[in-house]
Amino acid sequence: MMWEMVMGLEVHLQLATKSKIFSGAANRFGAEPNVQACAVDLGMPGMLPVLNEQAVRFAVMFGLGIDARIGKRSIFDRKNYFYPDLPKGYQVSQFFEPIVCEGIFEVPMPDGDLFPIRITRAHLEEDAGKSVHDRFPNQTGVDLNRAGTPLLEIVTEPDFRTAEQAVAYLKALHSLVTYLGISDGNMAEGSMRCDINLSLRPAGSDAYGTRTEIKNVNSFRFVEKAIAVEAQRQQELLEDGLSIVQETRLYDAERNETRSMRSKEVANDYRYFPEPDLLPIVLDDAYIEAVAQDLPELPGAKRQRFIERYQLSNYDAAQLVSSPTMADYFEATVTACGEAKATANWMLGDLAAALNRENLSLEDAPIGPLDLAGLVTRVADGTLSSKLGKQVFEGLWLREGSADEIIEKRGLKQVSDAGALESLIATVISENPDQVAQYRAADEVKQKKLIGFFVGQIMKASKGQANPQLVNELLVSALTGG
Amino acid sequence: MPDINLATATAAEVLSALENRDISSIELTQAYLSRVDALNGQLNAVITVDHEGALAAAKDADDARHRGEGGVLNGVPLLHKDIFCTAGLRTTCASRMLENFTPPYDATVVSKLKAAGAITLGKTNMDEFAMGSSNETSYFGPAHNPWDFSCVPGGSSGGSAAAIAAGLAPLSTGTDTGGSIRQPASLCGITGLKPTYGRVSRFGIIAFASSLDQAGPMTRTVEDAALMLNAMCGLDPNDSTSADMPVPNFHDALTGDLKGLRIGLPKQYFSELLDDTVANRIQDALKELEAEGATLVDVDLPHTQEGIATYYVIAPAEASANLARYDGVRFGHRCDDPTDLMDLYARSRSEGFGSEVQRRILVGTYALSAGFYDAYFKKAQQVRRIISNDFKQAFDQCDLIAGPSAPGVAFSAGAKSHDPIAMYMEDVYTLSVNLAGLPGLSVPAGLINGLPIGLQLIGRAFDEATLLKAGHRFQLRTDHHRLAPPLAEIS
Amino acid sequence: MSVTASDVAQVALLARLTIPDDRIDEVTERFTRVLDLVTELQQVDTDGVLPMSNPHDMEQRLRADEVTEVNERDHLQQPAPAVEDGYFLVPKVID
Repeated sequence: MMWEMVMGLEVHLQLATKSKIFSGAANRFGAEPNVQACAVDLGMPGMLPVLNEQAVRFAVMFGLGIDARIGKRSIFDRKNYFYPDLPKGYQVSQFFEPIVCEGIFEVPMPDGDLFPIRITRAHLEEDAGKSVHDRFPNQTGVDLNRAGTPLLEIVTEPDFRTAEQAVAYLKALHSLVTYLGISDGNMAEGSMRCDINLSLRPAGSDAYGTRTEIKNVNSFRFVEKAIAVEAQRQQELLEDGLSIVQETRLYDAERNETRSMRSKEVANDYRYFPEPDLLPIVLDDAYIEAVAQDLPELPGAKRQRFIERYQLSNYDAAQLVSSPTMADYFEATVTACGEAKATANWMLGDLAAALNRENLSLEDAPIGPLDLAGLVTRVADGTLSSKLGKQVFEGLWLREGSADEIIEKRGLKQVSDAGALESLIATVISENPDQVAQYRAADEVKQKKLIGFFVGQIMKASKGQANPQLVNELLVSALTGG
Repeated sequence: MPDINLATATAAEVLSALENRDISSIELTQAYLSRVDALNGQLNAVITVDHEGALAAAKDADDARHRGEGGVLNGVPLLHKDIFCTAGLRTTCASRMLENFTPPYDATVVSKLKAAGAITLGKTNMDEFAMGSSNETSYFGPAHNPWDFSCVPGGSSGGSAAAIAAGLAPLSTGTDTGGSIRQPASLCGITGLKPTYGRVSRFGIIAFASSLDQAGPMTRTVEDAALMLNAMCGLDPNDSTSADMPVPNFHDALTGDLKGLRIGLPKQYFSELLDDTVANRIQDALKELEAEGATLVDVDLPHTQEGIATYYVIAPAEASANLARYDGVRFGHRCDDPTDLMDLYARSRSEGFGSEVQRRILVGTYALSAGFYDAYFKKAQQVRRIISNDFKQAFDQCDLIAGPSAPGVAFSAGAKSHDPIAMYMEDVYTLSVNLAGLPGLSVPAGLINGLPIGLQLIGRAFDEATLLKAGHRFQLRTDHHRLAPPLAEIS
Repeated sequence: MSVTASDVAQVALLARLTIPDDRIDEVTERFTRVLDLVTELQQVDTDGVLPMSNPHDMEQRLRADEVTEVNERDHLQQPAPAVEDGYFLVPKVID
C-alpha cells in the first residue's frame, strides 16, 4: 500500500513590536522572571486591554506580502481554558473574523521551482507565559514576561505532501518576515513556532485521514525528522489495521519520537465568543494602501530581479535573497566590482563556509562588501588566479587589510609574465628529462594526464603564483616543441 | 458643630459649608466617620473603613483650600463600592475570593475623584461580584435597608444605597450592570445614575459583565449626581470601550425648564402586572414633570420581557470568562495544600466563590459551550440588537422614557433568595437599559407604607444632560429626596 | 429544556468548580429553571439580525507602540499566594 502524507502547518510568529499587544510592557527576550509583566499582563482585577497599532500594521504587512485579502473588519475573541501560564483564564485571539484572510504564498523549492501554498488565514493573538518545571521541587514556576507578546498565527491549507516542502515553506516564511521586519522568525529562540498537522491516506485517495498535531519542533532539521517519525508511526498503525487517535503530540528530539501530550487529555471546549473589552478593528482602503506603499522589496520580487538583472540561476538567486542582509551585501559588492556571477560564487562558497565554520552571521562577518569586491576585481582582472584568490580571502578574513594590501604583503600577485614563466618552464624541463621523454612518447589522452606533473612543479617553483592557464599553454608548446 | 445635618446633607451643602469655612474637612470627615462607626453595625453597609487614610486626605484637602487650590469636590467625603480597586486599601468585591486582596493600583474613577478632592472614607458592601439585586450574597453578610432593617437595600450596590440613605457619606460610587445602581437607589430612597455605557472608565473596576458594566454616582440629589459625574467621566485611554465623546458640564446643564420635552411611557412598563400603588406614585411623579412643561406620549418597547432572558445569558457568559482569572495563582484565595493543578483550581474557586456566583458561572459557561453557543449566546446578542433598536425607535417619538425603577418597594430579607427567577424580575425595568447602553436615572418618588420607590428616567445615548435636567426639575418641585429614614440619632 | 446532573458536572469541570454531591441536585434544578427562562428567546425572530457585542458599535482605538510600563514586579507580586525567585508557584504540572 502506498501512502500519501497530507500536512498543514500552523506557525505562531512573535511580532517584533516594542511593547506588548494589549499593554505598554516591554516586549523583549531574556529578562528576569516577571519583570516585564505589568498588571494588565497579569490579568489582575479590573485590568483592560488596549491594542498596539504596530501589531495591526505588521499583520497587514504580512497579509500584503502574501497577496492575501485583508480583513477590513476583524474582531478579537476570547479562547477560554485554564492553564497557569494563561493569566486571565482566556487567551485573546481572533477566531471568527481574522485580520488576514485567504492568500497564496509561493514557496521557492531547492530546485528553483515555485510551490504555491494556500494560506487559510493569519490572525493576531496574545502569547501566554512560560512554565518551568525543573527548578522548584514539586512545583512549577510561572513566568509571565511572555504573556501578552503579540503573535501572528499563520494557518495553511493541508497542501504539503513532503517534508521538503514543509521546510522550504518555513525557510521562505522566515525570509519574508525578516524582509518585512515584522519578526526575527527564529525557530531556535521561539519567535517562530511551528505546529504540524499530519495525516496519511492511500495514494490517489481524495479523503482526509485522521490527523495528529505535532508541537515543539524548533528547528528546520527537527521539522524533517518529526514528520518522518510521525508518518512512520501512523503508517505502522494503519497497516496493522488500527486507527489514528486525533490528538496533540510532542516531538521529543532526544528520542526522535512523538508522544501524546498528557495535559491535553482533559477535553477542551474553548467557548469562543467576541471579546467585549475590545472593539472591532476597522481598516479603510487608505490605511491599507499606505501600508502597501511602505513595503520593502519582497523576496519574491527581489529574486526575480536578481535573475533578470544579474543573470543568476534560480538557485543562486533564491539563496542570495534568503535574507535581506545577504541580498544587500550581494548588491553592494556587485555595485563595487560589477561581477555578479563571481560575487555569487564567493558568497555562496567560501564566505558561507567560513561563516558556518565559525558560527557567525553575515552581519558579523569580518569581510564587508567592499573588501569582497576588491578580491573579486583582482581575480577578474587576472591579478590573481582563483587559487591565489582563496589565500587573499583568508587574509581578508583575518583582517590583514584590503585585497590589494594583502596581495602586496603576501606577495601573491599571479605571475603572468610569459618570459618569467618560460624560464621557469625551461628549468623544470631540464631537471626532469625522464618525465619529458615519457610525455613526448605518450598519446594525447595520456599527455593530458602527464602534463599535471609539470604544472605541479611550476606551481611549486613559483610558490603558486604562476598563472595556470598561461603555464599550461607555454608548457604544451615547450614540451612538444622539442 | 455648625448647622449642618449630616444625616441629610447633600454634597452641595457640604461644599458650601467647607467653602464658607463653617467647618473644616478634618472635622467633617471625623463626623462622618463617627456616623459610620455608630450606624454600620446595624446596617452592615460598609465593609472596610479607612480612618487613617480619610483623615490624612482631609488634612490635605484643608491645606489645599487654605492655599486657594483644590478640586471641585474638595473635602467632600465619599464611599466607594467595594468593586473599585483602591490602591493600598483592601478591595474585596464582597467575596471570600478577594477577602484579603489589596490592589496595587487605583481604578481610574478612584484617581479622578481623588484628584477632585473627594475623601475616601471606606468601601461599601455589595452583592458578591455584583451578582444580585438584594445585597444578600455578600461574603460579609447582607446589608440592611435603613428604612426597615428587616428589608433588603437592593443590589448589587446595596451598601452604597444604604450608606447614602443613612447619611454615612454624602456621595458614593456604585456600578450598574443590570440595574445595580438604580434599583437599590429606588429601594433606599436616594438618587442613582447609570451613565451611558462608555461614559465612565471601567479601568480598575472588577469586571462582572464587560459590555454592560458602568460606574455611576449614588447621591441624595440630582445636583450632587451631576457634580460627581463631572468628576468621574471622560475618555480613558486605558479602557478601549471608553467613548471619545464631548463632555458637557453636567452641573451647568441642570438649568432650564422642561418645555417641549417629550416623555415616553412604554405600555409594557404600565401593564396590569404593575402594582397599583407603584403605578400611582409614578403617575404622581409624571404629573410633576408635566407641570414643568413636559408632555407624555405612549411608546412601545415590545421586547421588555425578553430583556430578562437576554441579560441572563449575556451577563453570566461574560462573567464566566471574567472570573476565570480567579485561580489562586497570582492573587486572591488559594486553597490549603493543593495536591495538583486541578485541585488548586477547583478547590480555590469553589471555596472562594459563593453559590450565586458559582451558579452564574455555570450558566454562562453552558451558554457558550459547544452546541449551545448559537442557540443561547449568539441568539441573545441578536435579541440585544433588537432591544437596542426598539429604544432607538421609541426615541424618535420622545426625549426621555419614564417608568418605575423597580416593580415594588424593598422586600424582606430572604423573600426572594430561593427563587432566582423572582429575583431576576426585580430588574425588569432596568436591565434593558444596560443591554442598549443607555443612561438611566432613578430619583425618589415617595413612600409606599414607609418604604421608598423610585422613578426611572432613561435617556438617549450620551444625553445624560437631559436626564439630569429633568431629574433636577423634579427635585425642585418635590421633596421625596429630602426624606430620611428614621434612624436613631447619635449624640 | 432539562439538564441532567451529568451535564452540570461537565460544565462544572470546564469552569473548574466542584459541586459537592449533596448539592448537585439543587444546583441542577436551579440551572434548569434559568435555562427555561432563556428558551423564551427562541420565540424572537432574529433573521438577518447582527449580534450586538458593544452597544454603540464602536471601533477599536489603537495605541502607539511604546514601552510605558516599568518593572514593578515586587509591588505587583504582593497579593500573590506563592512566589519564589520572582516566579509564581503552582503544584507541579506534567505535560
